[in-house]
Amino acid sequence: MSDVQTYQQSGEAQFGDYVALLKPRVMSLVVFTALVGLLVAPVGVHPVVGFAAILFIALGAGASGALNMWWDADIDAVMNRTKTRPVPAGKVQAGEALGLGMALSGIAVVMLALSANLFAAGLLAFTIFFYAVVYSMWLKRLTPQNIVIGGAAGAFPPMIGWAVATGGVSVESALMFGLIFMWTPPHFWALALFMKEDYHKAGVPMLTVTHGRAETRRQILIYTVLLAPVSIWAALTTIGGPFTLAVAVVLNAIFLKGAYDIWKRPEAQAEGDKYAVEKTFFKFSLAYLFLHFAAFLVEALLKTYGLGGWA
Amino acid sequence: MSFRPDHELHQRRFSRNLGLGLTLVAFVVLVFALTVVKVTRGDPMQAFDHTVRPELQPAATGGTQP
Repeated sequence: MSDVQTYQQSGEAQFGDYVALLKPRVMSLVVFTALVGLLVAPVGVHPVVGFAAILFIALGAGASGALNMWWDADIDAVMNRTKTRPVPAGKVQAGEALGLGMALSGIAVVMLALSANLFAAGLLAFTIFFYAVVYSMWLKRLTPQNIVIGGAAGAFPPMIGWAVATGGVSVESALMFGLIFMWTPPHFWALALFMKEDYHKAGVPMLTVTHGRAETRRQILIYTVLLAPVSIWAALTTIGGPFTLAVAVVLNAIFLKGAYDIWKRPEAQAEGDKYAVEKTFFKFSLAYLFLHFAAFLVEALLKTYGLGGWA
Repeated sequence: MSFRPDHELHQRRFSRNLGLGLTLVAFVVLVFALTVVKVTRGDPMQAFDHTVRPELQPAATGGTQP
């Protein structure tokens, strides 16, 4: 590990390049799930406090993204999907990503503590630590279970949103965590099935590389089956209701059908149609999470009109 | 009197400086808004201003006497 890797600096880094370090697309998912966690909580929050809290949760997530880009610059440079990121593209130096990530982490945690409460801030600090250290530095290059355990980092935002309102955790917030946690492996392994060269080239021990593609297909089905009861259970709690339950049943039926199709088909067939089923499943996985959390939000809205919820 | 023209560096870094400046202004506005909300807890802010303000008088029962 004595290699020194340098990236050719190309032009002046612009403001947008620093924003790109914060992974804005991941941030948008964090903002949405944290907002749902905040809005479906049984305790109301002043709009300004709620806005600030969501902003600082997003900033904390962005900071962990910058730390990830600092640490993973070497493998990002090899993978097609990530080689245009600011550090491997030579727009921002790796040290700058580290500095920005550390500074924004501190600001986000302190400001969340001041605007909301210490518990939510502690959860945010743990999330940043989990993503940057446990996932990026430790597990990502060590075990094919990297996605499973690393998925926890992406699952915390609704729990933090809930903690901003209530100051604690509950079955409901744990189930929102569980929903994203169980959803992450099928989502990423479907991606790994059709981006196969990328992870192989980078030497990241993705399940497709270490255990083969047939096993990956089997694991996608297993996690999709395990996801369904978590989703249904969440729909049966105080954040759910008949509407959420109906949405959950439909979403899980489609997701299970997709996972079953992926499991059933041989690799040759997948190569023949350029991974059409896997790509459709991946796209639907994004819709699955968005619609599921949107259903919680709609249910909360219905409750304000005396509809929705389990009366 | 003549000013020296801007160094080329200033032009190259204009977007970066503008973005950072606007971010800092937004941060100050947010902290100010948070402070107002935290201090007033959403209630209108008012205090003694040398005129009789009945709404500031402690309630007849349960109020604290000076």
